Amino acid sequence: MLEIKNLHVKLEEEDKQILKGVTLSIGAGEVHAIMGPNGSGKSTLSYVLSGRDGYSVTDGSATLDGADLLAMEPEVRAAQGLFLAFQYPVEIPGVGNMTFLRTALNAQRKTRGEPEISAGDFLKLVREKAKALKIDADMLKRPVNVGFSGGEKKRNEILQMAMLEPKMCILDETDSGLDVDAMKLVSEGVNALRSAGRSFLVITHYQRLLDHIKPDVVHIMAAGRIIKTGGPELALEVENNGYADLLAEVQ
Amino acid sequence: MANIELDLPQLDVPQLDVRDGVDRETIETVAAMGAYKYGWATDIEMDYAPKGLSEDIVRLISAKNGEPDWLLDWRLAAYRRWLGMEEPHWAMLTYPKIDYQDQYYYATPRSMAVKPKSLDEVDPKLLATYKKLGIPLKEQALLAGVEAPEGERRVAVDAVFDSVSVGTTFKAELAKAGVIFCSISEAVKEHPDLVRKYLGSVVPPTDNFFATLNSAVFSDGSFVYIPPGTRCPMELSTYFRINAENTGQFERTLIICDRGAYVSYLEGCTAPKRDTHQLHAAVVELVILEDAEVKYSTVQNWYPGDEEGRGGIYNFVTKRADCREARARVMWTQVETGSAITWKYPSCILRGDDSQGEFYSIAIANNAQQADTGTKMIHLGKRTKSRIVSKGISAGRAQNTYRGLVSMHPKATDSRNYTQCDSLLIGDQCGAHTVPYIEVKNTSSRVEHEATTSKVDEDQLFYCRSRGMSEEEAVALVVNGFCREVLQALPMEFAMEAQSLVAISLEGSVG
Repeated sequence: MLEIKNLHVKLEEEDKQILKGVTLSIGAGEVHAIMGPNGSGKSTLSYVLSGRDGYSVTDGSATLDGADLLAMEPEVRAAQGLFLAFQYPVEIPGVGNMTFLRTALNAQRKTRGEPEISAGDFLKLVREKAKALKIDADMLKRPVNVGFSGGEKKRNEILQMAMLEPKMCILDETDSGLDVDAMKLVSEGVNALRSAGRSFLVITHYQRLLDHIKPDVVHIMAAGRIIKTGGPELALEVENNGYADLLAEVQ
Repeated sequence: MANIELDLPQLDVPQLDVRDGVDRETIETVAAMGAYKYGWATDIEMDYAPKGLSEDIVRLISAKNGEPDWLLDWRLAAYRRWLGMEEPHWAMLTYPKIDYQDQYYYATPRSMAVKPKSLDEVDPKLLATYKKLGIPLKEQALLAGVEAPEGERRVAVDAVFDSVSVGTTFKAELAKAGVIFCSISEAVKEHPDLVRKYLGSVVPPTDNFFATLNSAVFSDGSFVYIPPGTRCPMELSTYFRINAENTGQFERTLIICDRGAYVSYLEGCTAPKRDTHQLHAAVVELVILEDAEVKYSTVQNWYPGDEEGRGGIYNFVTKRADCREARARVMWTQVETGSAITWKYPSCILRGDDSQGEFYSIAIANNAQQADTGTKMIHLGKRTKSRIVSKGISAGRAQNTYRGLVSMHPKATDSRNYTQCDSLLIGDQCGAHTVPYIEVKNTSSRVEHEATTSKVDEDQLFYCRSRGMSEEEAVALVVNGFCREVLQALPMEFAMEAQSLVAISLEGSVG
């Protein structure tokens, strides 16, 4: 599904190398987690994969089902099935959540050469998906993320994911700012989307999210590289001992 | 966001000048914009009055319209006064000196020399022009006694082409309801008492340089009278088209909404692409009597000029509503996307007790466009209310100024105003300016002013794009969100048109 090979990334504006050779392979239906200390390059990896401005790829590659991800505009990556759940979802005043969802869904369909979804079908779909995430009608009408609580914003990200049905989902610190109940709700939303054809890359600082979303593979990232890869037990090890031992081990 | 309650007399808020930026690409692609859809011209034989302005030209225009002496005298008095007036330069607009002698003041299609008696007799070229503009000048379905299909909006249209009105639709049906809707030149002949009573009663011929010029040389325009207690059975509209080169358009609109009556009126305007600037100086007067209500919506899409600022319409317009009696209500809604220069302040005189004025505005300035627009709310009656919602969008190298006056007179006790003034910047070479004047001369009135300045930021655009929208879709979505309150104030079909116009006007403004 997602193949990242020897990815080197620096900031566009300054001479600062952030990713120094990341290699990662995620198969269809797999859930991978990336953990690591602050500043290790986790969020940069998610931004580079989704096509945000401000980064230059100096070496390496990233492909989605064999297609060169890095050559595509962000909207094309989205239409090809890549989705990033933002750590800090953006507010768009005056644009209703429903309008946003419908515009996004139809834009992706258009890019893929599919017909637009009818208003009736859309409404039915969004109500069904929203219900599972305990998102009420009022939240669907409010402007995108404006005045949303931290938990509402993250649930809204998962709603977008559920509506757009991507095949490769990246969750960037989706647990940050969530209380226990909200985390449970978000995790249930994500778990409901798990399927044989859909893969996840879960970026997190803490192990607790991985109690709810069980990963197949855990990677530890530090200083722009993946320094260790293992099973779910690796996350527990980090939880118990912190990153210091792992970092020392590598050095 | 500032939320300040002001009840200080004579408070002038200093001008706010904000410049902010996105990235360079943004600016570069602004230059790539050029999506003006109505820039074609109609090839048609025209009759012109001699170039320039003089008493003879004023007499000629009056004679062409077959006007009575009182109106000619009215025009001549305005002309003589105008000679001694100076063009105002207090607005934040820079443009080369206008040579008032170097243009035509009257241009009419030759086929209009003898006014057609019905739409069937109108020159097919003119009909084709309006068809191409998407303006229906037909009413067959109705004439044949067939009901319009359900959901289809019926709008009566007065079509003004350069200096003359070429036709007005649904006149007969409107007449059944007692509504008069015709060109103003026709009204002068058919309804002289109404015209004489109300013409210049809201915007006097002495009002300002451009209004005085208009009073001298106005060639045509629309006239509306809604009788007491009548709800106008359909929306009325005037579509202004400037076609001839080097020709100014000076139209005059007079709407009288009698006691307890209601009308919704729409106005649209376009012009061909030309390398030279053209002057448009219109006057609109609304007279609103007791318990009557007028909604006046404008989508102004005059040719804005090219990226370098060549060509485009100079739009100097005086629009004013007089809520003359108790509980009269007016709502101005404008979407200003065109013109090289916009100088326009649709105003409300809230004379009647408990009268209400509202002003909703979207002003978009892209490339080299300059807009200085806003409103005046003059509170004279007791318990009068006004509301101003202004959304200014600047892109390219454009300058966009909101200029507004809220004035509470000593007798306007217990009155209220709420003003919200938001500016959105795209790129780092444009400017947004807010110049609110507030005068409160009694102690029981309340004035609120809120203002924000923001920019379309990269985070919003990336967020939309990461969900599959193209950059242009993303900009349109964000900007339409910014304008939402104003778009909601428009009649529905008009709102859809305005929404896509907002997107088109900003096409390529972010890259």
